[in-house]
Amino acid sequence: MPKKDLIHELKQKAKGFRKEIIDLVFKAQSGHPGGSLSEIDMLTALYFHRLKIDPKNPKWEDRDRFILSKGHASPGLYVVLADKGYFPKSELDGFRKINRMLQGHPELSTPGIDFAGGSLGQGLSFAVGIALALKLDKKNSRVYAMIGDGESQEGAIWEASMAAAFHKLDNLIAILDKNQVQETGKTKDVMDIGDVVGKWKAFGWNVIEINGHDMGQIVGALDKSSKNRNGKPTMIVSNTIKGKGVSFMELNYKFHGKAPNEEEYKKAMEEIEKIDVKKFK
Amino acid sequence: METSQKIATREGYGKALLDLGKINPNVVVVDADLGDSTKAEHFGKQFPERFFTAGIAEQDMIGIAAGLSVSGKIPYASTFAIFSERAFEFVRNVVARNKLNVKITGSHAGITTGEDGKSAQAIEDIAIYRSLPNMVVLQPSDAVECEKMVFALAGYHGPSYMRVHRTAFPVIHGSDYKFEMGKGEVLRQGKDAAIFASGTMVHESLKAAAILKNENIDAYVANIHTIKPIDEKLIIELARKTNCVITAEDHNVIGGLGSAVAEVLGENYPCIMKRIGMQDKFGESGKPEELYKKYGLDAESIAEEAMKFVKKK
Repeated sequence: MPKKDLIHELKQKAKGFRKEIIDLVFKAQSGHPGGSLSEIDMLTALYFHRLKIDPKNPKWEDRDRFILSKGHASPGLYVVLADKGYFPKSELDGFRKINRMLQGHPELSTPGIDFAGGSLGQGLSFAVGIALALKLDKKNSRVYAMIGDGESQEGAIWEASMAAAFHKLDNLIAILDKNQVQETGKTKDVMDIGDVVGKWKAFGWNVIEINGHDMGQIVGALDKSSKNRNGKPTMIVSNTIKGKGVSFMELNYKFHGKAPNEEEYKKAMEEIEKIDVKKFK
Repeated sequence: METSQKIATREGYGKALLDLGKINPNVVVVDADLGDSTKAEHFGKQFPERFFTAGIAEQDMIGIAAGLSVSGKIPYASTFAIFSERAFEFVRNVVARNKLNVKITGSHAGITTGEDGKSAQAIEDIAIYRSLPNMVVLQPSDAVECEKMVFALAGYHGPSYMRVHRTAFPVIHGSDYKFEMGKGEVLRQGKDAAIFASGTMVHESLKAAAILKNENIDAYVANIHTIKPIDEKLIIELARKTNCVITAEDHNVIGGLGSAVAEVLGENYPCIMKRIGMQDKFGESGKPEELYKKYGLDAESIAEEAMKFVKKK
């Protein structure tokens, strides 16, 4: 597919997923819309362009792994996995409900899930372990791990960062969904994580900085990092906006972990419907 | 069977890892800069490509071990018992919650860690790991039993915590010993009292039983190497036979072996019991034998408590 068509198709997909995220969280009246909307363009590019996976064989040994360390942003991942066919779309109605598959935070028992997140700061170490095993087994698969900027306040992220560079894990690609907002306010006001590009470089990583809502830049960064063999892990600093695509959720910490009410739901769906993917970034 | 040879359980851990590594290429080790003390270094020297350092970063050690486990490896992650506790929430949310095949070993547990003092003497590790669903909790009484445990764990799929010790104690098991997870081992027959002991306290309890014999008290000594899942059948059986139950552990009496035995008896055969262990106090610097005496964990203290208890019966 020509690159222009690919980008357009991914943008259309992401627009649809934005609606599904709002729908999922609204029906559950529980969940995390803000971080799901910020990550969704990246997840769309990963699952519909980059990851080497087989939804019919979720545990395929040679698959690429995706680790969602910021596990609360599960709605974004669930709508993508359902669309890929890992489980029926009807499961989405059971999100956060008793006796149903889709738990508030991902569980390994759900097809397509490779990391059970929920407690921040744990996914990158887990990704390092998988990347080490892949190297030991001389496999070419890669590990993609998404962390948050609020999550980067956890010390364990930096323990894992140091270890990944030390063990020369060039099969590991981390993505920082830098959406600028966390539960109680703007990240720079709660605990500023400072110059993250400088920090990750200083920790020995390749660093690529992009606009995380610009599909062209996302695809470019993923393609570049997936060819990397320079003995260093790669960090894609993805500058995003929490709640992207719904005006009253954008950069609004109140929609970190809150579902929209009926009125907000209708407004959000209308706004997303009006998104012009050609101009969206 | 009893030999005069003294070997610390951590030596058994190091030897078994090396032997296991030779026959099972999936065995890997994750270390947090204590391989010389935990004895995991023997494996690291022989199999450097399967020995991963996390640096002094216990959370990272557990996270890395978890990632290795979902990739078909059998990771043994070892550090001091006390420092494993820093990674407790990783153990809870990444390992236990997902029932991952990670073997955690906490060395230098209990007050026999000695001179390093209370900061290094884990006396709460069994309590915290026992409270996690899916976790198996083991404590060997000697180096041979520890070796058998390391091998048994490789054949068991699921998370575990094994507690080993710094100080050398006598080897009481022969090389033909058959370790069975979840099944207590009666080391000494008796009739008047039953002492359930674990780890280093098995040795103190055997000596205490010999002292009691001179006072015409016949005490069972049972080695409870598996604290979870605990051998309920054996505990109930010996309680019925003696109506005099004593537990002995180098751990806080809150949440450890004493609590586990009390839970079993409380629901199945309520009887008065005596818990010997750290009485909700931290330790201090000193020689292991001095500390055991001061905190009432030595054979003489156990025998004295047992005598008082038997007389009350």
